[in-house]
Amino acid sequence: MNEALSTAPVAPASHALAAADYKSDIKPVWCPGCGDFGVVNALAKALAKLGLEPRNVAVVSGIGCSSRIPAYMSSYGFHGVHGRALAAGTGLKIARPDLTVIVTGGDGDGYSIGGNHFLHACRRNVDMTYIVMDNRVYGMTKGQPSPTTEPDWDSKLSPEGTGLREFQPMVIALASGANFIARAFTGDPNGLADVIVQAVQHPGFSFVEVLSPCVTFRPEQKEWKKIVRSDALRPTSDLSRAARRMLRDTGFELGVLYAGERPAYAPRGPRAMRPVTDLEARFEL
Amino acid sequence: MAYACAMEVEAAERYAELADQMSTHHNREVAELFAKLARIEGKHRDQILAKMGWASPPDTAVFRWETPEGAETTDYGELHYLMQPYHALKLAEHNEQRAAEFFARFAAARLPADVRAAAAEMADEEREHVRLIQEWLARVEPPEAGWDEDPDPPAVAD
Repeated sequence: MNEALSTAPVAPASHALAAADYKSDIKPVWCPGCGDFGVVNALAKALAKLGLEPRNVAVVSGIGCSSRIPAYMSSYGFHGVHGRALAAGTGLKIARPDLTVIVTGGDGDGYSIGGNHFLHACRRNVDMTYIVMDNRVYGMTKGQPSPTTEPDWDSKLSPEGTGLREFQPMVIALASGANFIARAFTGDPNGLADVIVQAVQHPGFSFVEVLSPCVTFRPEQKEWKKIVRSDALRPTSDLSRAARRMLRDTGFELGVLYAGERPAYAPRGPRAMRPVTDLEARFEL
Repeated sequence: MAYACAMEVEAAERYAELADQMSTHHNREVAELFAKLARIEGKHRDQILAKMGWASPPDTAVFRWETPEGAETTDYGELHYLMQPYHALKLAEHNEQRAAEFFARFAAARLPADVRAAAAEMADEEREHVRLIQEWLARVEPPEAGWDEDPDPPAVAD
């Protein structure tokens, strides 16, 4: 990988910070047993490993259980509107390239209402990290099927299942141009922290799909810890090789799938302030 | 000893987190129990620090667990908002047993004699913790059938 491509800010903390320094005083209200606790834990550990000052980090989210994360971190945070976390994060990163921007959310927020933003965030390749806590259900609204829910998941809100094929986030990310793609599991917060470190350090748009069990509406997901395969994915910068690996993917292989070499998006030319009249003159009204 | 220290640090932090989770969900009895376990693990950490003459725990970046987390760390997924002290103590018992097995493996491995001796000592300590937890368990009422039934459940009902 070409390190020179990285536009990630280099703002190490002047003093060593511990993971606890990245957590706020607000206690999560998630259900005990929720996988999202592992993400807060891993994110704090990752930021400590990266040595970033909390004031140089912004955590941006949409709506849903997992989107509460900004409140639980001591960094800057923005709890946005449903599905629009990537739009807000992109704007923030373009306006403040010195910040490390981490966008967080769930499968409903990111792949359904925010699905179009997901495609274009991958395509634009702005230097930020997107962490999706995928529990294959809308938990906050009490258990409706999400885009990643299995077609035969039989529940009171989806009798006999939806019959709809699941959304394939990693395939979509690969096809749309994400520069770093990985899958991790909340049952391994240390492994997840390592993946987040790599994602933040990698230039361009980094996508981390996190298997995060919902013990309330999908208690069967407690079994995920028995079927995930750690380090089953090995990073490649070869797009076709990564695509072939996805053909054999069961959804439970963990690791870095793809680490590309595409330069991160950067606005062209100097960002000079101009009067609005200059802009108006360039439009045909 | 770095492993032992990291194990106690991680366990203490996790028990404190679990206490917060239970407190948030108004399960005060279990919250207090997890907080107590966090204090106990913190004391174990301090004992190791004192024994080794370390001012702070060594950098955990120098090694990785073979398992996702340390042997004494409770998996987040093991919690239930209606769990009772008995369940919390069973988790603690399981953790201490895993820790004893972890150090016993070191003690039996082909390692320098001083490392094996230290591991054997830690294994003995963890076995003592298992015994203490089991004594504690004997004083706690086991849960009745249906302990996890909630007349106003968070999940959608009929």
